[in-house]
Amino acid sequence: MATLIMQGMGLATGFSSAHYKIAHPGSCRTLPVKHVKQFTSNVSLFFVLSVYESNFSERRVSFFVIRSDGSLPSGLNGDKSRRGGLTTNAVSTKQEKAAASTASNPGHELLLFEALREGLEEEMDRDPNVCVMGEDVGHYGGSYKVTKGLASKYGDLRVLDTPIAENSFTGMAIGAAMTGLRPIVEGMNMGFLLLAFNQISNNCGMLHYTSGGQFKIPVVIRGPGGVGKQLGAEHSQRLESYFQSIPGIQMVACSTPYNAKGLMKAAIRSDNPVILFEHVLLYNLKERIPDEEYVLNLEEAEMVRKGEHATILTYSRMRYHVMQAAKTLVNKGYDPEVIDIRSLKPFDLHTIGNSVKKTHRVLIVEECMRTGGIGASLTASINENFHDYLDAPILCLSSQDVPTPYAGVLEEWTVVQPAQIVAAFEQFCR
Amino acid sequence: MAQLTNSRRATTTLLKPISAALFSTRHLSTETMTVETSLPFIPHNIDHPPSQTVETTPQELLAFFRDMAVMRRMEIAADTLYKSRLIRGFCHLYDGQEAVAVGMEAATTRKDAIITAYRDHCLYLTRGGTLFEAFSELMGRKDGCSKGKGGSMHFYNKPERFYGGHGIVGAQVPLGCGLAFAQKYSKEDNVTFVLYGDGASNQGQLFEALNMAALWTLPAILVCENNKYGMGTAGWRASKSSTYYKKGDYVPGLKVDGMDALAVKQACKFAKDHALKNGPIILEMDTYRYHGHSMSDPGSTYRTRDEISGIRQERDPIERIRKVILSHNLATEKELKDTEKEARKEVDEAVAKAKDSPWPDPSELFTNVYVKDLGLEVFGVDRKKIRTVLP
Repeated sequence: MATLIMQGMGLATGFSSAHYKIAHPGSCRTLPVKHVKQFTSNVSLFFVLSVYESNFSERRVSFFVIRSDGSLPSGLNGDKSRRGGLTTNAVSTKQEKAAASTASNPGHELLLFEALREGLEEEMDRDPNVCVMGEDVGHYGGSYKVTKGLASKYGDLRVLDTPIAENSFTGMAIGAAMTGLRPIVEGMNMGFLLLAFNQISNNCGMLHYTSGGQFKIPVVIRGPGGVGKQLGAEHSQRLESYFQSIPGIQMVACSTPYNAKGLMKAAIRSDNPVILFEHVLLYNLKERIPDEEYVLNLEEAEMVRKGEHATILTYSRMRYHVMQAAKTLVNKGYDPEVIDIRSLKPFDLHTIGNSVKKTHRVLIVEECMRTGGIGASLTASINENFHDYLDAPILCLSSQDVPTPYAGVLEEWTVVQPAQIVAAFEQFCR
Repeated sequence: MAQLTNSRRATTTLLKPISAALFSTRHLSTETMTVETSLPFIPHNIDHPPSQTVETTPQELLAFFRDMAVMRRMEIAADTLYKSRLIRGFCHLYDGQEAVAVGMEAATTRKDAIITAYRDHCLYLTRGGTLFEAFSELMGRKDGCSKGKGGSMHFYNKPERFYGGHGIVGAQVPLGCGLAFAQKYSKEDNVTFVLYGDGASNQGQLFEALNMAALWTLPAILVCENNKYGMGTAGWRASKSSTYYKKGDYVPGLKVDGMDALAVKQACKFAKDHALKNGPIILEMDTYRYHGHSMSDPGSTYRTRDEISGIRQERDPIERIRKVILSHNLATEKELKDTEKEARKEVDEAVAKAKDSPWPDPSELFTNVYVKDLGLEVFGVDRKKIRTVLP
């Protein structure tokens, strides 16, 4: 199944910087025209170029093994001669044709929730076993319009409006998955899925193991979480920290329309239960995505900006705070490397490890709370695996350990802001 | 491999030589006969409850007897193994409730799905499981049905549509409604039997699932095995209303004598017809368990020994069938005793074989966490040596 997934961080992510421009003084490299992909029209070239040279262009395997020492097992050689032959980009155009296609067919622009819907619709067309269930997904069109129009297209049974009973409709989805259906459960807000914790932990995560491999649970649980704009404590929860210990599940967090669609498709095609974390404030992000079909790798991190001074690891909404801070940092002369980890369980230690070995400093910026969040696990993981490569202790910026207050001023203070990231980075790199 | 006889399948090949010879000298026919159940079916929101006259065949009755004898012996063997510390953890025994398992199996096909909670040993047997696999799993050996990784509460048999085996009380009810949903989605003409206990009847997720099943007319049959006690708490102390078959309100219900295999069969047949047309129905099986809730529970602190022995004398399911067989002259006393001896022998052989089965390999610790998708390496505790690659 992994052979269906094409790896494609580099260029497309460089492309996703469409909504911000960073003037980067140095390290502008030139590459032959054939490496330039088609959507460079509105993106500074250096992103595209710098990313292409990245380490994970070496990783062109049907499945990849994440080794802490960065070496690839035999049979998957990383030598340069292979680079020309295979497509590293998720876009399926061949490299020879890339030059010719710069002018034609530049993809289409859409918002993140539309990208999710596109991914969902493509998968539902492709496989009749894929169905959606959740509150208000059918006739209402979804509370964030992700499933708009699908009920009239696929019928009420495939896009099922459930009553407000998270525990049992999640259980129902898992039971249906045991027989071979591929349901997608939408939590109207991730926080509501706490009610389904028993089903997610015991049945979803563990049934494959306790049945000795008899049942697989190809379910996707998705929904918006994270701190919004004054939504209050109960509607601003970050459930990735609670679910991360459950064995048997995978967790991914999308942050751009490009990776939202790709991860949605990959999650649906995966035979493992996947929890896809979206963010309430990111649904209206606009980006140009390819017309061709693409699927992203669930376990892979995304290199957002290459740099030399220190690695900033982040995911979901914090990526944008980090990029905003990066703008300021670059102006001040620093060179941060920004990685959107995307895969929250398991961590992509390959990409992260390579970055640590290069920069020797890690700053983690996350929206989870300080205690027991993704950042805490990531810190532990990096310390265990890459301790020798670190020049300084890992710095982790997380939200405060408080329920999210309603007042806007207080809410701002709960989450990590760009100014704090800049200050931390400067101190770090001293 | 010791398997249960099922009147649906060819049973002659599975009977042991001795009693096969004995039975074949008799007129072991498949011509239908009728038996009256002693207690009526009590309906709720049902206009025409099933009749007390049950159609059966001599072969079926003898199969019932044999299967229940095997189950009874299996549970008693599990009791002994637990006390000799070969089975660890939790072990919930089903003796006394065998009639529910055999009756249900007689009314269903292997395309219907069954899901239950943790008292699943006997249902696993009726759904095509073997004694050897059951005992291996109980003792944690690698030949167990879940490779030793599940244990007593996690018996599954996917090809025969037995979906387990769940430890959390009530969590299997939404799963069961999900199975029914999938059956409706794929337009199959099959039903799902979702079993739970009187203790689980107060779980919120049960009512949630019932609502959804009724809303979308899912072919789900909820079977409440009312053995009068939710672990140590009697039903009347846990539920305001102990009429479990009425708890569905708008969902029709039927109260069945769960110690009578023929009544169970009749009710399940009726329920199956109903569910395929009208959606969910609740069956309350009035049954009893002789052992405590589990092996850690003596079973005597909340009920009297007189109660247990009283039920054993008056309502025991195996005795019931024995009486029916003898009164209709389908077999002699001796033949039945021989069948019981045979059952005991089968079980003992399976136990001996399971005791010799090897422990799972340490690498099995990491298999089946994910389905073949990741190439992750897992480090040992010292984080230095690579232990294995997650499949």
